[in-house]
Amino acid sequence: MTIDFDRLEIDGVTRYYGRRRALHNVTFSCGAGEVVAVLGPNGAGKSTLLAVISTLIAPNGGEVRYGSHTARSAGALLRHRLGWLGHELQVYPELTARENLQFFARLMGVSDENAAVAAALASSRLESRAEEPVSGFSRGMRQRLALERALIHRPRLILLDEPFTGLDGPSSDALALRLRALAQAGTLVLLATHDVDLADQVLDRAMVLQSGRLTDVVAGAGWRQAYRAATRREH
Amino acid sequence: MSPRTFPLVVVAAIAGFMAAPFLIAAAPYESTMGLVQKIFYFHAPSGMMMFLAAFLSGGASAVYLFKGRPAADRLGLAAAELTVLFGLIVLVTGPLWARKAWGVWWQWDFRLTSSLLVWMVFVAYLLVRKYGGPGSDKLAAVVALFGAANVPFVYVSVNVWRTLHPKTTVVPSLGPGMREPGPP
Amino acid sequence: MFARTAWLIFRKDLTVEVRSRETIATTLFFAVSAVLVFAFALVKEGRVVADAAAGILWIAIAFSGTLALGRTFERERYTDTLRALMLAPSDRPAIYAGKLAAVLAMILAAEVVLVPLVAFLFDAAFLKRPAMLAGLLVLGTLGFASVGTLFAAMLVRARSRDVLLPVLLYPITIPVMIAGVRGTAALAQPVPDQPMALFWLMLLAAFDAVFVTLSLWTFEPLMVD
Repeated sequence: MTIDFDRLEIDGVTRYYGRRRALHNVTFSCGAGEVVAVLGPNGAGKSTLLAVISTLIAPNGGEVRYGSHTARSAGALLRHRLGWLGHELQVYPELTARENLQFFARLMGVSDENAAVAAALASSRLESRAEEPVSGFSRGMRQRLALERALIHRPRLILLDEPFTGLDGPSSDALALRLRALAQAGTLVLLATHDVDLADQVLDRAMVLQSGRLTDVVAGAGWRQAYRAATRREH
Repeated sequence: MSPRTFPLVVVAAIAGFMAAPFLIAAAPYESTMGLVQKIFYFHAPSGMMMFLAAFLSGGASAVYLFKGRPAADRLGLAAAELTVLFGLIVLVTGPLWARKAWGVWWQWDFRLTSSLLVWMVFVAYLLVRKYGGPGSDKLAAVVALFGAANVPFVYVSVNVWRTLHPKTTVVPSLGPGMREPGPP
Repeated sequence: MFARTAWLIFRKDLTVEVRSRETIATTLFFAVSAVLVFAFALVKEGRVVADAAAGILWIAIAFSGTLALGRTFERERYTDTLRALMLAPSDRPAIYAGKLAAVLAMILAAEVVLVPLVAFLFDAAFLKRPAMLAGLLVLGTLGFASVGTLFAAMLVRARSRDVLLPVLLYPITIPVMIAGVRGTAALAQPVPDQPMALFWLMLLAAFDAVFVTLSLWTFEPLMVD
């Protein structure tokens, strides 16, 4: 049995850590085929919001709906359709690139495992290094591998937490192109970043978080100025 | 606690504290131990309260873990604090008695040792809550649950450990009623 | 699905361990050092106090087991792979089961060296009943590791995690220590006290049943915030 969805609805999500309010009444919705950024300064709640959407943290108030499902109603099945790429890359340095991909393919229940691993190695251009331990890879190579790991089960929604950190110019552009291609293929790409200097052609929309509140949603051309204005308002 | 029951509880506590010294003084002197035996009026009830509080904390913690009710967490914390408090009374009064009765502060008898072990688990509970950082309420809840579930194992293992391997030379020399602290 | 996931994680952990050899090397070395320290403390005129060999063995297992537990989860924390495991579509308790099996294997592997070493250094006779000794070691280590794996997993996101693991683990596993030490000591008697050792074996089995079950139940509510 599988489930799928084409809309993500964040509805009044609130999350506390003790007294501190990490997210306050965040409401937003987006659909498959979009690339949406969660922008905001450090400490704005971006990582928390992503963690809530990934079902690892339950909100104290409000809910997140994946189509007609919630994390509670769909349970483990929902995780078939979610992918995560964090700042720590979630690959095992002692294993080879191929072993990492095989492990995660099996873990995520991918049916055509060998084909998926081969395709992943190809699109990350790591075929020649497939049998080497990841500990010898550069950051850019690890990032490419980690992205493939996150996508190996062809999720509907991919969450990326600060994916452009530590990448040089060409790697950044390559990642941006990849994300765009994913969106065109029907994936919903949601990425959190505090870095405004992204390729303009990547984002469709951006939500701006400040101190846990959604203060603005910017779209279209001129989004960069809109974002800068929004964050300047805080100071 | 509701605003109406709290004054009643305070009055009952004050009445208890006022009556207790008279009741304890009026109790007959035990023939060999004399005044020292009266420490039992603190030691034994504290022991019972400690174990009761431990189970309460474990149960409330289980409810908190599986149902997420904050009231259950507060109950678990309160019960854990009581466990530590009553445990402290047990662990202070026990050796005081033992010193007077047998000349040794601690001799690994099974009740005191078991109490010490259960007490330590709930001290660990409080340490986790204080030093564990965010999310430490759930970590502590597991500690309480495991601590409460552990009580039968502590009881059996310490009991068998002690009764089959008597330790000091003091114990065999005492009269039969004196060897274990407990109600005569 | 549960068994498959647990097996997958178990195999992955062992592969990583075999490649790096870090955990088993440091665990074994630490255990041997602990044994030597106790030897210097407890050996008098070339002989050790009666039953002390059993005690030394189990203390060494406890200390080095704590190290192994800390290491396996520290690794997952450092690479954030624990999050990836939690996001897998499988039953989350399977993660616990896989990690438990792996850390159990590592500690047992260290014991294969440790037990003969202790028997040799202290002239202890517990190897005369190898089957029962093996039973005590496996069930005792399982008891220790079952609680330890859960605690180490839950402490991954906590502050002061290095110091809190022993603080939490040792009081709760004292019944395991008592059973392990007394059972091993019973086997080391001039005439091995088998009924006694059997009693402790059964106590360990009961402890394992209760605490593995409790850990499987509480793993998911604990790890999901």
